[in-house]
Amino acid sequence: MVPHFRTLGIAAATCATLAVGSAVAQAQGAVQGQGEVNVYTDRQPFLIDPLLEAFTAETGTKVNVVYAKSGIEERLKAEGRNSPADVVMTVDVGRLVNMKDEGLTQAVSSDTLTANIPAEFRGSEGHWFGQTFRARPLAVHKERVDASKLTSYLDLANPEWKGRICIRPGDNDYNLGLIASVIAHEGEAKAKEWLQGVKANLARKPQGNDRAQAKAVFEGECDIAIINTYYVGAMMDNPEQRPWAEAVKLVFPDQDSHGAHINVSGAVVTKHAPNRAEAVKLLEFLTSNKAQEMYAKGNTEYPVKPGVERAELVKSWGEPKFDAASLEAVAKHKSAALRLVNEVAFNDGP
Amino acid sequence: MRRGTARLDLWTIGSLLMTAVILMPVVAVIALALFPTENIWPHLIDTVLPGYIRTTVLLMAGVCAGTFVIGTGTAWLVTTCNFPGRKVFEWALLIPLAMPAYVIAYIYTDLLEFAGPVQAMLRDIFGWTTPHDYWFPDIRTLGGATSMMILVLYPYVYLLSRAAFLEQSVAVLEAARTLGCTPWQSFMRVGLPLARPSIVVGLTLALMEALNDFGTVDYFAVRTLTAGIFNVWLHMRNLGGGAQVAVVLLIFVIAIILVERAARRRKSYHNTGTRNTPLVRIRLRGWHAWGAAVACALPFALGFLIPATQLAFYAVANFEASWNAGFATYARNSLVLSGSAALAAVSLGLFLAYAARLGRGPVLTACLRMVSLGYAVPGAVLAVGILYPFGMFDNALDAWMRSTFGISTGLLLSGTMFILLYAYVVRFLALSYGTMEAGLTRVKPTLDDAARTLGRSPIGVLRHVHIPILRGSLLTAAILVFVDSMKELPATLLLRPFNFDTLATHVYQFAKDEQIERAALGALFIVLVGLIPTILLSRAITQGKETPTT
Repeated sequence: MVPHFRTLGIAAATCATLAVGSAVAQAQGAVQGQGEVNVYTDRQPFLIDPLLEAFTAETGTKVNVVYAKSGIEERLKAEGRNSPADVVMTVDVGRLVNMKDEGLTQAVSSDTLTANIPAEFRGSEGHWFGQTFRARPLAVHKERVDASKLTSYLDLANPEWKGRICIRPGDNDYNLGLIASVIAHEGEAKAKEWLQGVKANLARKPQGNDRAQAKAVFEGECDIAIINTYYVGAMMDNPEQRPWAEAVKLVFPDQDSHGAHINVSGAVVTKHAPNRAEAVKLLEFLTSNKAQEMYAKGNTEYPVKPGVERAELVKSWGEPKFDAASLEAVAKHKSAALRLVNEVAFNDGP
Repeated sequence: MRRGTARLDLWTIGSLLMTAVILMPVVAVIALALFPTENIWPHLIDTVLPGYIRTTVLLMAGVCAGTFVIGTGTAWLVTTCNFPGRKVFEWALLIPLAMPAYVIAYIYTDLLEFAGPVQAMLRDIFGWTTPHDYWFPDIRTLGGATSMMILVLYPYVYLLSRAAFLEQSVAVLEAARTLGCTPWQSFMRVGLPLARPSIVVGLTLALMEALNDFGTVDYFAVRTLTAGIFNVWLHMRNLGGGAQVAVVLLIFVIAIILVERAARRRKSYHNTGTRNTPLVRIRLRGWHAWGAAVACALPFALGFLIPATQLAFYAVANFEASWNAGFATYARNSLVLSGSAALAAVSLGLFLAYAARLGRGPVLTACLRMVSLGYAVPGAVLAVGILYPFGMFDNALDAWMRSTFGISTGLLLSGTMFILLYAYVVRFLALSYGTMEAGLTRVKPTLDDAARTLGRSPIGVLRHVHIPILRGSLLTAAILVFVDSMKELPATLLLRPFNFDTLATHVYQFAKDEQIERAALGALFIVLVGLIPTILLSRAITQGKETPTT
């Protein structure tokens, strides 16, 4: 037993040395190498990797990435002025605005970015820049729903839809954005009443992601789902899921007023970015025609740059009116949106 | 040997220091709780908090009952009885441990939801068409989440109670039989009470794991306190408020730890027998034998065989889309990290558990009770608690080096493998400490006294008396920490270095989007890589017991 124990000890020491050694090497490689840029993101590798590879191919600048989930802001704060991160890529205007408010970003002025991104898709002081936007329309069953009765998100609260709506949990970012936009347009009291109405119309307890809602419509559990547009693209590309997407038709609400709710994906340059020049170059690349087309085709999102060709599927939805004007207002009401979700116990279902 | 006196020696100072290092992230979370951006409690108490607490309590009660029955029952059967397939079940019952809970949650949802094969078959047979024609249990519920957790967490109880049953003196069981106890009676009256410290440790571990879970409950839209932490932290952007909810969670854990201590304090059981001969198992016959086989086959089938088969189908069907040249690298990263974490946690756990046994004063004892806290905190929250102290240390060191020597050290530890290793040890120390402590309680204190009288130092006693006796517990602890590290996800995601993937993070990129088909291949890799050492070590535990060592 005793020699055995010694072997374990040696193995432990070896493992530890290996671990620390490779870690130090990696850390140094990431920070000090020339012509590099370091990215923290909570977006998905299958989408972001091709974009970053294209950037490296075009500029020769190497990109190092940490794909995280929650807590990127906390990591930046804890790392402070020595943080290696140059760029954070994320989704949701609320997160982008918040990073600026928490002092984690720096202002960037770049003629390329100003030219490529319409003003409503970037922060007014140059702290955040949108890359794509995604709409959150209704996905209704092609036959079982008379779409002419659904012209506004507010119609979802009408009693005639009782037991027919499917949606993911209310405390999801996308739903909080939508609820925040209703608060922005209608005020909190009316938004709460509306949310209660929607809750009463649910077919089941909110669950699953957006894809699961389209599936539920296809299967007949409900008739109306609320989903982000790129999920339709993802389902169309998957033979098994294609019927789910084909069972629904997208209805873009509020076309006579402010337009359908949208949210953005975007990026910031961090306050202490050690490779600021490369970071700006990366942001500029992400709004170039090439990158914007990759976004448009790779994830069927809407490119922010005007004139960039959209995916065929996206084109088939026509030219709906989008609610770009209230993006920053949506960011402001996100916390209030969560309170409403809690107050009406939205996640308990009908 | 003097007990209960405060003495400043290697054991006291060393274990106090280590406890401080281990508790640092939990202390950081508590410190964060002091600075909320706004007071969230009136809102939470009025709205969701009662529901969160009710759900959390029910989940814990369900997991406790389920893992107890399955874990101790199967452990007793394979240890003391003979029936068809016993040798296989001995290690097979451990395997569900290698399955991440959220993965089996995805798989059972696919199988059992409206569109899944099970309901489709029922509709075919009975001619139903819509969901309104019949009732079928909804898996995305509290009951579903509890079942998923029982299926992957019962191995904690199984492993620990089996180690205890194996370490029980054969003489005690034989005496029970001689006195006319049926197998059932000797289980209830001798086996269970003697193994109680270990069983309670196993249950505590299962409960803490259930508390820190976010993936499963989130997928099932079951709102526990964990959901509350994340909502306040991420959606209200109120880290302090989220930390306060985490403190409520910690209170739950402290309650569990206190109950555990109380359960153990009332009685202490030590082996008094000196014989270490192999136990003669009772040969079960007829329906008893088949009943035992089915009882052991069910948890294995539900916790591993069925989900793994489904994963294998997905993996084959999506092989081209999911095969990745990086798998070798991810597997190496996972193995190096998990192996190092297992060794570090086992050494540290042994040191601390032995220090607790030496009994150097109430302060130390109280501190040592808290080293398990990190295990119950959701990984992402613990990771935030790790980020801040390391960031402060790195930045302070950097500032000092700059001002003194004009050199910048940058972030020395943050964003390295070291911080990951530290996170794993903090998260999973409870597994090794609990296992080791339970193992040590079964060793009679007179054994220590005898060895000390014969001139051994405490370290000598540990080395020559306890480590050989505790071989089973040491290996058990190593398996638990290793397998849990293989699955570790939330802390790895946030703390990892650039361009660094483990098998778990690789699987997550697909699982995040609920695309289990594409995650399947990687998930199978995690299970396989976790499986091999599990089986080897499980055999080592049994062999160590069955072939008496000289």
